[in-house]
Amino acid sequence: MPYALSFLLFVIGLYCAVVKKNMVKIVLGILIMECAVNLFLVMLGYRHEGVAPIVDRTHLESKAALDGFVSIAVDPLPQALVLTAIVISLGSLALMISICIRIYEKYGTFDITQIRRLRG
Amino acid sequence: MTIFYILLIFIVIASLIAVETTDLLSAVICVGAMGFGVSLLFLFLRAPDIAITQIVVEILGLIILIRATISRDLTFISGDKEFFATIVSVAIVFVIFLAGLRVFETLPEFGTPVFAERPDTASQTYIREGLAKTGAANVVASVILDYRAYDTLGEATVLFTSIIGATVILRRSAKRTIDTLRPVSPS
Repeated sequence: MPYALSFLLFVIGLYCAVVKKNMVKIVLGILIMECAVNLFLVMLGYRHEGVAPIVDRTHLESKAALDGFVSIAVDPLPQALVLTAIVISLGSLALMISICIRIYEKYGTFDITQIRRLRG
Repeated sequence: MTIFYILLIFIVIASLIAVETTDLLSAVICVGAMGFGVSLLFLFLRAPDIAITQIVVEILGLIILIRATISRDLTFISGDKEFFATIVSVAIVFVIFLAGLRVFETLPEFGTPVFAERPDTASQTYIREGLAKTGAANVVASVILDYRAYDTLGEATVLFTSIIGATVILRRSAKRTIDTLRPVSPS
């Protein structure tokens, strides 16, 4: 059920990016989709009553303690990859918004249906 | 468990308002609310590193977005909507949603990750040997900075390239003709 809600969030972003005619709205739709995908990947690694994957000193004393920690920790691999994806989304956001600002300065509008003329 | 549903419904409502409002500044602020809700949800999903990163990225993204929308003379969206095209798009997106829901039946239940039943996965190896091999108590830090350090290097490259692109696009003195470059001869 939480998977379905995050997929609903993705679909809302997809609708915004496909239907809306304002460039800033399209950028916001892409942002919503990125958030939804990150949320889904982190949810895949969640475990009920789990703990954050930070090793304590007491976990290293015996093999049984380490096995117990492995059986309650959440998955660290999606978290590491999502960390990379979040930072990259910031870079792509800066690039998209700078393109939007440039087009606004040139054409005086954010509406993509009015940007037709090829002015040199 | 209920806190997940509360936060997820808050996020969905915030994104719906952001999509449907006609004021651009309100839409940007609603996306900010959605981002902070997502970071709170990351905290409850036992991912503190991602929660911190998401807050920092959200603040920077809000600053960038408000820079784009504020002090523009037309921030309101006007104009007639094409009714038929909107209906068709909504129908197609709804069909995609219904088809995608079938995929989640093949996944394990929420709260039972895949790596738990398989002792030979990479995640279990990272948790078991992360501290002994890399010396980092935080397993996420040992993955991004040691096991998959090339991934982080690629991330830094992508970030650097996108910032260079944004700087080049926003640069004022992009056009400089030959005449302005020629030195003025004293006469």
